[in-house]
Amino acid sequence: MTAGRGLRPYLSFFRIRFLCGMQYRTAALAGIATQFAWGAMNLLAYRAFYAADPSAFPMTLEQISCYVWFNQAFLTLFMLWFLDADIFAAIRDGGVAYELIRPLDLYRIWFVKNLATRAAKVTLRCLPILVVACVLPKPYGLTLPVSAAAFLLFLVTMLLALVLVVAFCMLIYITTFYTMNPLGVRIVATSMCEFLCGAIVPIPFMPDGLRRVIELTPFAAMQNLPFRIYSGDIAGTELVQGIVLQLFWIAALILLGRLMMRHALRRVVVQGG
Amino acid sequence: MIELNRICKTFRVAQRSAGMREAAKALFRRTYSEIHALQDVSFCIGDGEMVGYIGPNGAGKSSTIKVMSGILTPDSGSCVIDGCVPWRDRQAHAANIGVVFGQRSQLWWDVPVIDSFELIRDIYRVDEGLYRQSLDELTELLDLSSILRTPTRQLSLGQRMRCEIAASLIHRPRILFLDEPTIGLDAVSKLAVRDFIRRINRERGTTVILTTHDMQDIEALTERIILIGRGRILLDGTLDALKARHSTLRQITVAFTAGTPSPADRPLPAGFSLISASEDRVTVAIDTEIVSVSDAIEGLTRGVDVRDLSVAGQSTDELVVSLYEEFRI
Repeated sequence: MTAGRGLRPYLSFFRIRFLCGMQYRTAALAGIATQFAWGAMNLLAYRAFYAADPSAFPMTLEQISCYVWFNQAFLTLFMLWFLDADIFAAIRDGGVAYELIRPLDLYRIWFVKNLATRAAKVTLRCLPILVVACVLPKPYGLTLPVSAAAFLLFLVTMLLALVLVVAFCMLIYITTFYTMNPLGVRIVATSMCEFLCGAIVPIPFMPDGLRRVIELTPFAAMQNLPFRIYSGDIAGTELVQGIVLQLFWIAALILLGRLMMRHALRRVVVQGG
Repeated sequence: MIELNRICKTFRVAQRSAGMREAAKALFRRTYSEIHALQDVSFCIGDGEMVGYIGPNGAGKSSTIKVMSGILTPDSGSCVIDGCVPWRDRQAHAANIGVVFGQRSQLWWDVPVIDSFELIRDIYRVDEGLYRQSLDELTELLDLSSILRTPTRQLSLGQRMRCEIAASLIHRPRILFLDEPTIGLDAVSKLAVRDFIRRINRERGTTVILTTHDMQDIEALTERIILIGRGRILLDGTLDALKARHSTLRQITVAFTAGTPSPADRPLPAGFSLISASEDRVTVAIDTEIVSVSDAIEGLTRGVDVRDLSVAGQSTDELVVSLYEEFRI
C-alpha cells in the first residue's frame, strides 16, 4: 500500500470536519468582534505599563503588539481549553463504537479531527483580524517580520505548535476513558495551561524562576515560540533550542498518548446497550 | 465462518444506594458488584447464514456483538472470525464486517448523506468504480435517490435507518451485524428493511447476525435463532423446531353465518377449550397431543355454515415469552 492510499481516510476525515467547521459563520463573526475588543484592551493595558517605565519591559511595545494580535488572530488554533465536545460525547455515550469498527487508527482519527476543527475556525477568523492589525498605526499594529527567514520559521513553528497543542489535547480525551467525566481534567487544563503557555501574559513577563521552568515545558513550545520568532524576540541559539524542544515534546506527547490509548482500548467499556 | 468458544466477560459496576449519606460514603469506599455479561458463550455460524440473536434486555446480546466486532476484549475464551481474532486484529477484521447499531448513528449530522458515504468510501479505501456500483445498487434497493442530498439531521427515522444500513454495506462486507435495525421504525420501513436484508443475504451471500426484540423480524428473516439470557446461551436451533417443541396448542377460529347452528352449541370433547364465542364467530384452543388439527376442524365444522376458518399456532412473541419463563430470565 502506498503512503498516499494509507492517508486517504484521514484526509477525508479532515475534509468533512473542515467543511462542518466552516458552517458556523455567525459564531465566527461574534468571535472576531470579541477578539478585537480583547486585543485592544490588552494593548491599552500594556501601553499604560510601558508609559510608566519602558526599561522594565522585557519586550518592546511593537513586539508586544505583534504578540497580542497574533494571539487573537490564531486563538482558535492554539487555545488549550477548546476541546471537541463530540469526542467526549462519543466516549460517554458509547458512540465511539462506530469509530472502533473502522479499519483505522483511533488516535489518528481524533488527531485529524482536531486539526481540522481548529483549521476551519482559524480560516474563518484570522484574516480580518490580521488585516486590521496591519493598518493600525505604529506601535499598536502588526509590523513586518524582522526577516524573511524569521517569517519562514514563524510559519514552520506555527505548524509544529499546532501539532503539539493537539497532541496535548489528545491526552485529555484519552483520560476521559478512565474518569468518564471530562470536567475535572478540563478545568485544570483550561486555567493552568492557558496561563503557562503565555495566552494570558507572554512568558517573558513572568517571574524569572517560574519563567525558566516554563521554558522547558511543552507549554513554551506552543504559541510562545512562533509569535516571538516573528518579531525577533527569539533568535539565534535560543531559537534553535526552542525548535528542538518543540520537536522533543511533540514526539514525547504523541508517544505517551499512543501508549495511553492502547492501554485504554484494551480495557475500554463501550458505554450503553 | 464465525467461531466463539467459551467467551466470558465480567464488568465491575459501582453500586450505591440512594441518598446523600450513601453518596458521601461512596466517596471513601466503593462497593462494586460483578456483572457476568457473558459466561461460556460458544457458537458457530457458517458463511452465508442468517441468524437471529434474541434475549431480554441486558442478556448480553450487545456485548456479544461488541466482542465479535472487535471493540470489546473478553476476559477469556476465543473468537475467530474468518481467521481473525477481532480484538487483536481489529483493523484487519474491521474491513470484513459491517455493523449497524440501531441506537446510534454513523452518519454526519450536518452534511448531506452522500458526503458521509464518500467518507466511508475513503475509510475503507473502496475503489471509485466499485463504490459507484455499490452506491447505485444500494440506492435502488433502499430507495435512497431522493434523500442522498439531504442533511442527516433532516431525515425521518425510517429514512435514516435505510441510510445507516446502506452506509454499513458500501465496502461490501462479508459479515453484517445488525443490532436492533428496526427499532422505532413504522410498518412500511420495517418491511423495506427486512426485504433488503433478505436480498443482501441471498444475492451477495452476506452472513447476517441480527439482534432484535421484534419477533416479526426473526420470523421474516431467520431460520436459526440463538437465545441468550443472563450471559449464557440457552438455546440454539431453528425457529420451527422451537415452535414445535414449545407449543402443542393451536387456535382455531370459525366464522359462520349468524343465526345458523354454532360449533359451540355442542359440548366440546376433551382436548378442546372454548376461548370466545359470539353469534357469528367461535374461537377454540386445541391441544394437538390429544386431538389432531384435522379431526378438530372436522368436529367443529360439521353441520355449520362456515364462512371463514383459520388455524394459528402460538405467535412468536408468545413463544419467546414462554421461553423466557421457562429459563427464568
